[in-house]
Amino acid sequence: MSGPRPEVLAKLTPVLTRRWLEPDAWRIETYERLDGYRALRKALAVHPDDLIALIKESGLRGRGGAGFPTGMKWGFIPQNDNKPHYLVVNADEGEPGTCKDLPLMTHDPHAVIEGVIIAAYAIRANRAYIYLRGEAVNAARRLRNAIAEAYAAGYLGKNILGRSFSLDVVVHSGAGAYICGEETALLDSLEGFRGQPRLRPPFPATHGLYACPTVVNNVGTIASVPPIVLGGAAWWRSMGTEKSSGPMIYSLSGRINNPGQYECSMGITLRELLELAGGMQPGHELRFWTPGGSSTPLLTAEHLDVPLDFESVAAAGSILGTTATQIFSQQDCPVYATYRWLKFYEHESCGKCTPCREGNYWMVRTYRRILSGQGTYEDLDTLLDTCDNILGRAFCGLGDGATSSVTSSLKYFKQDYLDYIEGRKPPLLSAKELVGAH
Amino acid sequence: MGEISLGLPSVLSGSGDDFPEELRQAAREIIDRYPPDRSRSALLPLLHLVQSHEGYVSADGIGFCASMLGLTRAEVAAVATFYTMYKRKPTGDFLVSVCTNTMCDALGGQRVFDELSEHLGVGHDETTPDGTITLEHAECLAACDYGPVMTVNYEFFDKVTPEQARDIVERLRKGERPQPTRGARLCTFKEISRQLAGFAEDRPEALADGVAGDATLAGVRLAQAHGVTAPEYDPTTPIVPEKESSS
Repeated sequence: MSGPRPEVLAKLTPVLTRRWLEPDAWRIETYERLDGYRALRKALAVHPDDLIALIKESGLRGRGGAGFPTGMKWGFIPQNDNKPHYLVVNADEGEPGTCKDLPLMTHDPHAVIEGVIIAAYAIRANRAYIYLRGEAVNAARRLRNAIAEAYAAGYLGKNILGRSFSLDVVVHSGAGAYICGEETALLDSLEGFRGQPRLRPPFPATHGLYACPTVVNNVGTIASVPPIVLGGAAWWRSMGTEKSSGPMIYSLSGRINNPGQYECSMGITLRELLELAGGMQPGHELRFWTPGGSSTPLLTAEHLDVPLDFESVAAAGSILGTTATQIFSQQDCPVYATYRWLKFYEHESCGKCTPCREGNYWMVRTYRRILSGQGTYEDLDTLLDTCDNILGRAFCGLGDGATSSVTSSLKYFKQDYLDYIEGRKPPLLSAKELVGAH
Repeated sequence: MGEISLGLPSVLSGSGDDFPEELRQAAREIIDRYPPDRSRSALLPLLHLVQSHEGYVSADGIGFCASMLGLTRAEVAAVATFYTMYKRKPTGDFLVSVCTNTMCDALGGQRVFDELSEHLGVGHDETTPDGTITLEHAECLAACDYGPVMTVNYEFFDKVTPEQARDIVERLRKGERPQPTRGARLCTFKEISRQLAGFAEDRPEALADGVAGDATLAGVRLAQAHGVTAPEYDPTTPIVPEKESSS
């Protein structure tokens, strides 16, 4: 089989992933040898406002799913307000399909720490927390070790590199709640409460952790900061598109030959990514896929040439999200896949907002009925009606995300639903699963 | 009237008064990581800490957290019962979690779970009678490029087949410690809970375990093999752009 074409290979832009090939990059000596902490020295020599201007100029957008401009977020922090400021790194990676932050923290933890120090200096924070997904124990031990090394080297603690800036960093392990990836739920959890989202406004920029000005940034966003400081905004913008600048780690999983992490110039298409990943597995043809995790509407083989940047994916009716492309074939059933995702949202709904809590509960049961061969045409209307009542009607995006696969699978694969309802497809679930359904 | 169990530990009993002084000292160290008037932030780590002592969050564990932080037992229990990783029943030495979310399920994760469930004779969130293994199905474990995955005390075993999974738990029951595909050599559930409370890995060799897997490196290896790199940069590029007027 022939390999990827040169013009497709040229879209690979390893920046955040470039040190992963060094097995010891998690040790400070290796990291320093590979340009590590060079950006920090450079950053501390300029005024914090200049760093905010640099990040704005780079066009860096949040890597956690929403794509909010990072420099603007930093710029929202009020200055000279006599309140402590906080930097919180959202390392609660858990969006189904997403698997880029864990390797980043495990194999290059100092890149995250260096980004944290520069970002904290820019927003004038003296305390930073890395809220890490609880299950990520290997990332935790590497991060904690990196922090200890950074303290010993004078990169953390009091008077960093002999300057007046001081910073303490704490890794805070969560305890298994997807909702804590939502930034206000994360803050409540970090304050020692149940992780439930807050009503906004006020926003974390003014009333975040302990009701103080807070920046919450994703791991990938923070790790992008040192390379931007080193290479400059124009260099960063030389990758990606005008409005979606820089490289992005695309996480490919599913029915492909070489699943994994591919850091590419933003705007690459799925067709090109598949070429890089060795194509579909034998016997599998692309049927549906998520561009950015299970909370983003499904796309199909019609969308192979959509550039995977924030604007183009939105124009195609979905969301770039976390660039977690989960790839399914004709051997996978979109109705069952949606059912399984809904079970996830049902379990992870924090219960605060009625539409999300009840809506997901009942949609799971409606899917069970359809998949056990006892569904009705009316069930399809009920599903869409339920989605209407969830979308935009809950405090946070979890409920919105839950509706994505329901409405998109009904849009593209209605015939699959009808096949279960009309008995052309054998039931996937047995009647015993229906207990309590209706 | 029989007692109705809501699956909650009784929050009205239990104090943790007889927990060892060493645990109290550890708790104080955790509390010191947070601003002085914000000790409640230590609650999640403290709940991990009590699991490192008892293997689950008992009524005593709730009482211990409450007294260390000046909270009521009800406040602590409300938090403890929200999070999946806080266990309400004694957990086995090894917590085996099988991802059955959509992608892992499509790739065979549900078959892995079913095999283990039948083989061990326990269902979700249940422990074998010998106290060795607690089985659970897990939601997405952020390793979809290695699916189907399972974890033992949160360390990854990648691309597991039902047969491999069965072999892993059999070895665990015999007292062996199979090496995870990625991640550190195994320790017990109580020991990993101590790390979750924020204490450093005290096994240097475990810190070095866990080289990056093939899927993690797929993109960078491909780039390396073909001599492709990101655009070069000049690390001395000024952060503040030169003033236009000066040119």
